[in-house]
Amino acid sequence: MREHAPVLMVVVPLFGAVLAALVRRPGPAFAVALACGFAVAALAIDLAVAVSAGGPISYRLGGWAPDVGIEYRVDALNVPILLLLGVTAAVATVYARRSVASELPVGRVAWFYALYLLCLTGLIGIALTNDAFNAFVFLEISSLATYAMIALGRDRRALVAAYQYLIIGTIGATFYVIGVGFLFLATGTLNLSLIAERLGEAEAARAVVTGLAFVLVGIAMKVALFPLHLWLPNAYAYAPSFATVFLGATATKVAVYLLFRYVFSVFGAAFVFEALPTGALLIALSLAAAFGASTVAIFQSDVKRLLAYSSVGQIGYATLGLALGNAAGLTGGLVHLLNHAMMKGAAFMAVGAVVFRLGTCRLEAFAGLGRAMPATMAALTVAGLGLIGVPGTAGFVSKWYLIKGALEAGMPWLALLIVASSILALLYVGRLVELIWLRPRPADAAPVAEAPLELLLPTLALAAATIWFGLDTRFTAGLAQAATVGLFGGAR
Amino acid sequence: MRLDIVLRVAAKLILPLMLVFALYVQFHGDYGPGGGFQAGAIAAGAVILYGLVYGLSAAQRLVPVAAVETMVPLGVLVFAAVGVAGLLLGDNYLDYDKLAHDAVHGQEWGVFLVEAGVFITVFSTMLAIFYAFAGRGIKE
Repeated sequence: MREHAPVLMVVVPLFGAVLAALVRRPGPAFAVALACGFAVAALAIDLAVAVSAGGPISYRLGGWAPDVGIEYRVDALNVPILLLLGVTAAVATVYARRSVASELPVGRVAWFYALYLLCLTGLIGIALTNDAFNAFVFLEISSLATYAMIALGRDRRALVAAYQYLIIGTIGATFYVIGVGFLFLATGTLNLSLIAERLGEAEAARAVVTGLAFVLVGIAMKVALFPLHLWLPNAYAYAPSFATVFLGATATKVAVYLLFRYVFSVFGAAFVFEALPTGALLIALSLAAAFGASTVAIFQSDVKRLLAYSSVGQIGYATLGLALGNAAGLTGGLVHLLNHAMMKGAAFMAVGAVVFRLGTCRLEAFAGLGRAMPATMAALTVAGLGLIGVPGTAGFVSKWYLIKGALEAGMPWLALLIVASSILALLYVGRLVELIWLRPRPADAAPVAEAPLELLLPTLALAAATIWFGLDTRFTAGLAQAATVGLFGGAR
Repeated sequence: MRLDIVLRVAAKLILPLMLVFALYVQFHGDYGPGGGFQAGAIAAGAVILYGLVYGLSAAQRLVPVAAVETMVPLGVLVFAAVGVAGLLLGDNYLDYDKLAHDAVHGQEWGVFLVEAGVFITVFSTMLAIFYAFAGRGIKE
C-alpha cells in the first residue's frame, strides 16, 4: 500500500470531506477532520522519508502514462510543502473544535469541516500533481471551498469579502488556464516535466512568452502578490478564526510553491530571468509588498487585519527569494514559506483564542491582556518577534538567507532594504506588544480567563516551533537546500 | 380557476420525455456525446420545471431537501470509491482494469460507475441551488 501514498494524500481528505458532509453532526464531522489531519501528516512524513531515501516518486493515476494521463510527482521541491500542509492540518484541526463551535451555528459546523477538508484536498493536490490542468482543477477545488469558508464568518462583511475573493480568484484561475492553453499549444502536452522538455525546442515562440505571462499573473493573484493582494486582508479578517489560521498558514504558500514550480522546473531560470525582465519586476513588486503592506499594517485597528496585511508583506519575502534566482535566495524564499506558516499560524491561533474569550479582535481589546491570558499572549509575542526577524526566531533564518542571496546577486542595496522593511514589522508588532504587556487592563473590562487547553496547546506548539527552527535550522533549511539543489540540477 | 392549464398539461407531457432522455444521455455517454454531467443537468431540469409549474413544495415532496443534501456528497463518494476499488484490487487509483474479467470490460464498468456518481452529484447540486434560490424569503 505504501506505493500509493501520493494518491492517498489526496483521497483521504476527499473521503473525509464527503463523510463530514454525510454525517452532518458537529461531533462526528470533527472526528473525521481530526483523523484526516493526522493521516495526512503521517502520509506527508512517509513521503518525505521515501523521497530522501530513494529520490523522486512518480505515481500514474489510472495507470496511464504521463503524456496521456495525470501524473503525481513527489520530489525535493514539493516535500517541504507537503510536510507544511500535513503538519498544519494535524496541528490546526486540534484547535478547530472549540473555535469553530463558538463561531458558527450548530447546523453549519459539519458543512464547515467538509469545506475545510475539501480545501485541504485541493491544496495537497496542487502540491502533488505534475499536470498543468490538474493543478487548475485542484486550484478551483481549494478556492471554491475557501470562498464558502470565508462566507461563513460571523461578521456580515464576510459575505462581501468572500464575493471579492470569488471575483478576483476566478479571474486569477482564468488567467492561469489561458496560460496553460498557450503552453499546450506550444508543446502539445499538459505534463509539467514534458512541457519543460519540449519548451527547449520552442523557446522563442511567442506563445510560450504569452503563456508564461498568463500563468505567472494568474498564480500571482492566488499568491496575493502586491498589487493583486486586495482580496486578502478582508478575507482573512472576516473569515471564521479557524479558517484564517488554516488559510494564513497554507493557502498562499501553496500558490508560491506553484510559482516556484513554473519558474524553475517548467520554464527554467535562464528563460524567465535572462531572456525576460521578470526578475527585476518581481523584485520591485516584492519590495512594494514588503514596504507597502507592512506600512498599512501599522495603521490597522483590527488585529486580524493587521496580521493579514503583514501576510501580504511576508509573502513579498518569499517571492523576493524566488526573484533573486540564486541558490541562497531560493533557499531563503522556500524556508520562509515554512517559517512564515509557523509564525502566522501561531499568531492567528492566538488571536482566535482572544476572539474565543472576548468575541472581538479589535486592537483596544488587547490592552493589558498579557496579565489575563499570559500563555496565549506570549505565543503571540513570539510569533510577532518572528515576523520582525529577531535572531533566535525562525523569521531571522529566512531573512539571513535572503540577505545572503541579495549579496551573492551583487545587490547590497537590496540587503539593506530587507533590513529596513523589518523596521516596519517592528512598528506594527511593537504597537501590539506594547498594548498587551505595558498597558493596564481597563478598569471596566470584564475578567478574562486564559484560553482553554485545546486552543492553547496548538498555539504554543507553533510558537515553540518558531523558536526551535530559529535556533536549529538543520531541518527546515536542509529541506529548502535539498529542493534548491534539485532545481539547479545539482549545482552547488 | 388557474389560467395556466396549458402550462400544466404541456409540462406533464414533457416531464417523462425529459427523464427518459436524461437516461439516454447517461447511458449513451460511453459511445457518443453525453455522460453523467449532461444527464444530471437534464434530470435536474425536469424536476426544476416541475417545481416552476407546480410550486416549490410539490418539487420538494418529489425530491426532499434531505435527500438532495445527502446525494451531493454521495455522488462524490461513489466516484472516489470506484477509484479506491481499483486501489484495493492492486492497481493504481482510478485504474479500472481489474474491475471485470478483462481490462476492456473493467474500464467500461469503471466509467459507468463513475458517471453514475457524476449524475448523482450534478443532479442534486443543481436542485440544491434551485431550492436555495427559490426558497429565499419563505419563512421556515
